[in-house]
Amino acid sequence: MTNIRPDASKLYYPKMPATWWLRQRHYFLFMMRELSSVFIASFLVIFLVQIYQSGSGQESYAAFMERFSSPGWVIFHLVALLFALLHTITWFQSSAVVLELKVGKMIVPRSLVMAVHLGAWIVASIIILWFFIVN
Amino acid sequence: MSEQTLTLKVTRFRPGKDPAPTLQSYTIPYRSDWVVLDALNYIKDQMDGTLSYRWSCRMGVCGSCGMMVNNEPKLTCAAFLRDYYPGEIQVEPLAHFPVIRDLVIDMSDFMDKLQSVKPWIIRDSEKPVSEGEYLQTPEQLGAYKQFTQCINCMLCYAACPVYGLEPTFVGPAAIALGYRYNMDSRDEGNKERESVIGGEDGVWHCTFVGECSEVCPKHVDPAAAIQRSKVNSATNWFKSVLLPWGQK
Repeated sequence: MTNIRPDASKLYYPKMPATWWLRQRHYFLFMMRELSSVFIASFLVIFLVQIYQSGSGQESYAAFMERFSSPGWVIFHLVALLFALLHTITWFQSSAVVLELKVGKMIVPRSLVMAVHLGAWIVASIIILWFFIVN
Repeated sequence: MSEQTLTLKVTRFRPGKDPAPTLQSYTIPYRSDWVVLDALNYIKDQMDGTLSYRWSCRMGVCGSCGMMVNNEPKLTCAAFLRDYYPGEIQVEPLAHFPVIRDLVIDMSDFMDKLQSVKPWIIRDSEKPVSEGEYLQTPEQLGAYKQFTQCINCMLCYAACPVYGLEPTFVGPAAIALGYRYNMDSRDEGNKERESVIGGEDGVWHCTFVGECSEVCPKHVDPAAAIQRSKVNSATNWFKSVLLPWGQK
């Protein structure tokens, strides 16, 4: 088979602008999903420090926790929560694409797979919340 | 009554003469039943015969007329003017590909990648013709049928920012086709394709933007094929580590 290729020196090679992710809603949401991991990782680091501090005595721990009442930390935690929600929901959306579940000969619809995941997540969250409130 | 018109801004690029593509405006008569390809044909036939672009079947089968229409990868034979009217329509060559001339892109890279996944049935040994066909159940056919619908229009590559940023990425359509053959009960070529699909430029480049599936005119869902190929690739890796003697 003849392999005819154009003269590479005469081609125009387009470059992606750094703002490519602002050109379309889907790209923007994708970048937000990727960015969410930064906030989740930051929260986890802070959470690990918090666990470490809990072993350093009641006064020291109370002083450490006092910092979190400042507006900056409250905003950070709210933003981290929003990103965590975005990450979780998009993760379940992705899982529904990857998992092709069959019941007999019927393929389970993706919306149902996602609904089951979300349902299990909400139930688990309520149990954990209840555990903390009760204790 | 004055005739309704529509303005198209079309990419022009003369190789060896223009340093970069530019946009040229054409005002054409508006017809609600026209598609963007009809508008381009009108420009070429009535206004400017030098305009270059690819097209063939005009019915969404050949995959030749893919272009960026208002920044979205579209088959221009399926993009109706009425969906954009009275706004302007910007027609550009498919994103991420080198431009040969005007709206014509160089698809050599895609063709190489398509070939690299060996999109044909591979058998360890062929059974004699006298033993008959390789039969499949409807369920076995259903495992890959969706992925046979690809028309190689390359819209998925134009929608994929990963391919735009890392052109070595094998890309959505090629991986979807590789997956199609891996899922075919008659095929035994999974291991041969693994070096490409699961290799350095394969599925692990994909960050699951998902836009490839959004723009696919045939609902092939290459994003699903890529994510499932990741599962297959990871399974193959674990098998090779844990069960080196058990690999097929």
